[in-house]
Amino acid sequence: MVKRLEFDQALDEIAQRLTEMGDTVEKALTGSIEALKNVDVEEAKRIVAADTELNQMEETITEIGTRLIATQQPVAKDLRRILIAFKISSDLERMGDLSVDIAKVVLRLEGQALIKPLLDLPRLAALVSIMIRESLQSYVDENVDLAYKMAKDDDQVDALYSQILRDLVAIMSNDTKTIAQGMLLCFVGRYIERIADHATNIGESVVYLVTGKRPELNQ
Amino acid sequence: MDEIGLSVKNLSVYYSDRPAVKNVSLDFAAKQVTALIGPSGCGKSTFLRSLNRMNDLIPTSKVTGEIWIKEDDINSPSTDVVSLRQKIGMVWQRPNPFHKSIYENIAFGPRYHGVKNKKQLDQIVEESLTRAALWDETKDRLHHSALTLSGGQQQRLCIARSIAVQPDIILMDEPASALDPVSTAKIEELIGELKQDYCIIIVTHNMYQAARVSQKTAFFLLGELVEYDATDKMFTNPQKAETSDYISGRFG
Repeated sequence: MVKRLEFDQALDEIAQRLTEMGDTVEKALTGSIEALKNVDVEEAKRIVAADTELNQMEETITEIGTRLIATQQPVAKDLRRILIAFKISSDLERMGDLSVDIAKVVLRLEGQALIKPLLDLPRLAALVSIMIRESLQSYVDENVDLAYKMAKDDDQVDALYSQILRDLVAIMSNDTKTIAQGMLLCFVGRYIERIADHATNIGESVVYLVTGKRPELNQ
Repeated sequence: MDEIGLSVKNLSVYYSDRPAVKNVSLDFAAKQVTALIGPSGCGKSTFLRSLNRMNDLIPTSKVTGEIWIKEDDINSPSTDVVSLRQKIGMVWQRPNPFHKSIYENIAFGPRYHGVKNKKQLDQIVEESLTRAALWDETKDRLHHSALTLSGGQQQRLCIARSIAVQPDIILMDEPASALDPVSTAKIEELIGELKQDYCIIIVTHNMYQAARVSQKTAFFLLGELVEYDATDKMFTNPQKAETSDYISGRFG
């Protein structure tokens, strides 16, 4: 069989960079939630500053993909592999931005005591962390079943998110002084839930890579 | 820039006073593939042929300018053309094996340049065929006629033949245009491997091939060098409108 050594190496490099990006995103989410739990402003600042790294990673993947399309005439699965790399890197970059949004909430809470001990938001973030990892695993292994399973986990995320909103609304209704912080915590829930949607998008990309069909997993 | 394999300064080539290549200056990296692209009649093949003085054979041609390999100017009257062509190999559009055995095709050059020892010749034949990814297919029929090989194999034999005399530079003029897609892919793969050791300059009218195999691309138009840059850059963000039109198929 004829090999296309350099082309295949470049495709492998894209895959490797995407998984690195996934790891970085997961760390940003976990770190921002940890910072929120402890209202740790220094850690939050570090997460905000680290986001440029993710932007840079996305740019590099776009550059490699563009170069391959311009010079290697990829077709069929090779072409899909590059197209989804653009999409997955963009999803991951957005997930990074949303983690930064959580860290920025921490900055706004500086000096405040939390209106409730945070239990459900970290639980939500833990569920979404698993989704991030599984979405990237389904990509690496080209595992469509895992992509579908991961998308199904999004239902749990949505349910927990609704419960978090209900709890926060109850607290804010009882004590209007909690509204300012309560709203911010609602936003955090929303940010985490959006990250899960992007993980589901990655699952869709994996299904497209393997089957060539475009499913709708975000229902 | 990386180490320079060949340096061309102000090269012009005329056929009966009509300029075919106009004042071209180009440096070729030692261990890279450089592709010369451009529409028919743009001077790219004339330019390539002048790099090992093939244009000497055309009585009406006149070449001006300098072509340097390290300290030697190829166009200097004192240059020994035979030893020049030992340093600069050539692979043509159509495979042109000698009407001899596979073994003799490879051994011919080294023998001509003074290698007489049979063992040494055997070794050169094996190494050259191996480097050209042809050894496994031919080792049991080395003394069969080279003409029994397929077109793609013949072209790899010609590449092996050029490697056998240990050149620094290999010129290729449309080396895959007469081959089927699988043979073409094999030649491209081979070019990719050979660039680790040689300065390869390839003329191709297939700009996709240029994009696939080369690290640098030079675009010629009407005898002039329009643009010369890293292939990645030429195919994603060329600086000249003419280059952009040509590579995107909007030319003519």
